[in-house]
Amino acid sequence: MMTIKYILQKEFLQIFRSKAMIPIIFLMPLFQLLILANAATYEIKNISFCVVDYDYSNNSREFVSKFYATNYFLLSGYYTSVKEAEEELKTNKSRLIIHIPKDFEKDLLLNKNTKVQFLINAENANAAGLIMNYSMSIVQAFNKQIITETVNYNTSNLQSGIYITYSNWFNNLLNYKTYMVPGILVALVTLIGLFLSGMNIVKEKETGTIEQINVSPIKKYQFIIGKLLPFWIIALIELAFGIILGIIIFNVPLIGNPLLIFLVASVYLLLILGIGLFISTITETQQQAMFIAWFIMIIFLLLGGIFTPVENMPDWAQTIDIFNPIAHFSKMIRMIMLKGSGLRDIGESLMLIGLYAIVMLFLATIRYRKKT
Amino acid sequence: MEDVFVIDVNKLTKKFGAFTAVDSISFKVKKGEIFGFIGANGAGKTTAIKMLCGILIPTSGDAVVSGFDVYKQSEKIKKNIGYMSQKFSLYEDLTVRENIKFYAGIYGLKSGVIKEKTEFILDSLRITEAGNRLIKSLPLGWKQKLAFSIASIHNPKIVFLDEPTGGVDPLTRRQFWKMIQSASENGITLFVTTHYMDEAEYCNRISMMVDGRIAALDSPMNLKEKIKADTMQQVFIKIASQRVILN
Repeated sequence: MMTIKYILQKEFLQIFRSKAMIPIIFLMPLFQLLILANAATYEIKNISFCVVDYDYSNNSREFVSKFYATNYFLLSGYYTSVKEAEEELKTNKSRLIIHIPKDFEKDLLLNKNTKVQFLINAENANAAGLIMNYSMSIVQAFNKQIITETVNYNTSNLQSGIYITYSNWFNNLLNYKTYMVPGILVALVTLIGLFLSGMNIVKEKETGTIEQINVSPIKKYQFIIGKLLPFWIIALIELAFGIILGIIIFNVPLIGNPLLIFLVASVYLLLILGIGLFISTITETQQQAMFIAWFIMIIFLLLGGIFTPVENMPDWAQTIDIFNPIAHFSKMIRMIMLKGSGLRDIGESLMLIGLYAIVMLFLATIRYRKKT
Repeated sequence: MEDVFVIDVNKLTKKFGAFTAVDSISFKVKKGEIFGFIGANGAGKTTAIKMLCGILIPTSGDAVVSGFDVYKQSEKIKKNIGYMSQKFSLYEDLTVRENIKFYAGIYGLKSGVIKEKTEFILDSLRITEAGNRLIKSLPLGWKQKLAFSIASIHNPKIVFLDEPTGGVDPLTRRQFWKMIQSASENGITLFVTTHYMDEAEYCNRISMMVDGRIAALDSPMNLKEKIKADTMQQVFIKIASQRVILN
């Protein structure tokens, strides 16, 4: 016990010896939250579009005005031919061309059936899908208006078929920040756990001090606890700080029990520290450790469901995600913060990462040898 | 006290794949002896020391250090030895006092004892005013003397020194060897590797390693006589270049 105390004391001294450390610890979550939570959004606004209107009628102008009346679309200009307008797509000046054929109005009023063409830049398939959806809902609204005006009936009497109304549970304004902030906190905690712990032991290998430790009677478990505990504590403090910032700056709800978040985070960190420790046992230099940690981090992050839903991924990727700590933690922290889930709801995931943590720590411990 | 052997090595061998780093070496070291381990770079000195310290498992042969077997009781050996490696072993980003406290702490010294020892070391090295300076700001010679004091802070029976004076100026080297000699007078056994032949003269006995084997083992005086040389320098060059086996 005393030995661990001395190791801990030394580790904390070394961590905080560099004057940059304390500002980094508190500025990092602030910057990450401010930048990422505001930037990483799925919404698209100010979609520039251009129009080729061969009809030039009241109704066609009315139709186009529906687009720029929203703050989602921004009219960049009118063109007299589709060919000219295509240049706008090629040069990325517009992402959407609305092509209105001749007789748009005539067909609309006489035949109750007319055509409009949308040409969408689909370099970014996700964005193209969103532009399509936005456009379709404007078309729908326009249809409804035309029917009301021309037939002059109350729309409700005309409604046939199924109309869908929405109620978004757990994030009813579909605020992306509410969704992103917990995810970013996960990334933050993972970053600290994986990198700081991984680098730390390798640094002792590089400087040669590990040899001095190896010839001492320090026991394996004492060394590992002494090495991991400081980062476990720092990461939990970071998390607390991040949650407070999220609540104050972004009004992210914290419906569930904060203690449950910390229980989950404690177990999660054991897993991440175990992985970091494992990396440090299979590498010889900080450069190697950094490279491997990044490699793993990128995979964890992109498959982790922070930025794109796990449900959208192919089956094989979802299978990989069983072994992705971030996927479990981001799911659990969102459930607790946004839905108020309790221990019973997340129990299974918690058990899974707990088991995973034991396996990783075990592997890392047997890999770390005091002998060669 | 004459016949107490604290290190007893018998046909100790270490192979790395096809390469034999240490080839069946045998020797005994008496309590309080300054035992010099001399040889060219890559002769197997460091490998041999690591096996004796219990951080490298031998391929074959036996070794008993301070009464404990290197295969089965390496953790017990570690309690009884001090070790100072050729790579620098203090924490550069910690102060002198913090380094002393850490190493004393992990050897299980009580905090009262640690305080006493700290003052004693600072005082005997005459660096009391540098106690709160970071290691990286100290001259190399100070660091090496401090590393030696720290390696023997827990009163080990044996201290292994692997090229402790590499890159240190002659005056500091002489002071360093005074420390080694006074440790020996206190009954501590010192196992030293070095490249400096003038240092070899300070040792009670020398074992000269060539290509993983012990080519010669005797007191410096006897070695010079046998090989008909005036200095240890000549002894070393003759043995190392002509592969003379003197046993």
